[in-house]
Amino acid sequence: MYTTDLYEGMLAETVILPGYHADLINAYFARPLGAGPFPGMLLIHHLPGWDEWYRDTARKFAEHGYATLCPNLYFRDGHGTPEDVAAKVRGAGGVADDQVLGDVAAALAMLLALPYVNGKAGVFGTCSGGRHAYLSACRIPGFAALVDCWGGRVVMAPEELTPKQPVAPVDYTTSLSCPVLGIFGNDDRSPTPQQVDELEAALKNHGKNYEFHRYDGAGHGFFYHNRPNYRQAQAVDGWDKVFTFLNKHLKGS
Amino acid sequence: MCTMIAKQVSVTGSGKATNSWFAVDQASVSYDHPFDMPLEYSLNLDFTNQGSGPGARVAVELDAESARKLVAAIQEVLRQAEAGGFLIRS
Repeated sequence: MYTTDLYEGMLAETVILPGYHADLINAYFARPLGAGPFPGMLLIHHLPGWDEWYRDTARKFAEHGYATLCPNLYFRDGHGTPEDVAAKVRGAGGVADDQVLGDVAAALAMLLALPYVNGKAGVFGTCSGGRHAYLSACRIPGFAALVDCWGGRVVMAPEELTPKQPVAPVDYTTSLSCPVLGIFGNDDRSPTPQQVDELEAALKNHGKNYEFHRYDGAGHGFFYHNRPNYRQAQAVDGWDKVFTFLNKHLKGS
Repeated sequence: MCTMIAKQVSVTGSGKATNSWFAVDQASVSYDHPFDMPLEYSLNLDFTNQGSGPGARVAVELDAESARKLVAAIQEVLRQAEAGGFLIRS
């Protein structure tokens, strides 16, 4: 917990790392100053792209003591404003799951190799990033905690599968090897409360360590302070749940 | 992406960005999160030039009812133009 007599500082900058197929991509990296050791966090950005909210959020995690890396999953789609790049990706039906997994695996390897990281790393994502976070925690060994914030299409109907998204992430649940925190709004339409129930049932059936928090009066993206779907009380409580969960699983010995 | 509901179509036209026109060769239609409109989902139109980078984009975000009215209006205008003999096949 921060108190006013503590020193606080951070370094936040753009870095380059080799991603899927060793393609060089950029990432936003925010970390506390000092020798550490700090736990690592990987942030997987949402549909609106590698945007200001995610850079803000990376610094928020750094303030809470996490070396935080947020790779730009849309790097290959050109450069411009985050909106313009994200619109291009949106129009093309998103990025392929395999490409995301390659980028995330490379980013995790970079985090865990840093001498000031304590050997533990979690993954956090919202919206499509929540889906990618769930998928990553199932498919990539090495994560110690997963935070899925209202990830849509984790549970998918067969007709929703595409060549880019050929398997519903929920179907990989058996491979999940870390504790899960799920944050959801009961007014959300993707995921619907029924899909959240299906996801919870899968976690329960596979004997996974999970905790879900469902919020009344909140829909999709209720942490986004720059959008009308922001819900102050639910967001404050949700962030508290996030850091309580991560501190327990990533900062302990 | 949350819905992944998107279609792309090759088009021929021009779009006006802030200060100048550019050739439009692709239109993307999606029903997903908007960037600006205060809705959870919207019908999004992006007119772009594939060779000019992501910034060559004219964007419109509409609610579903507006989008349906727009489609009907386009169809009606094209019907009248065809009936008047104005449609010239290139």
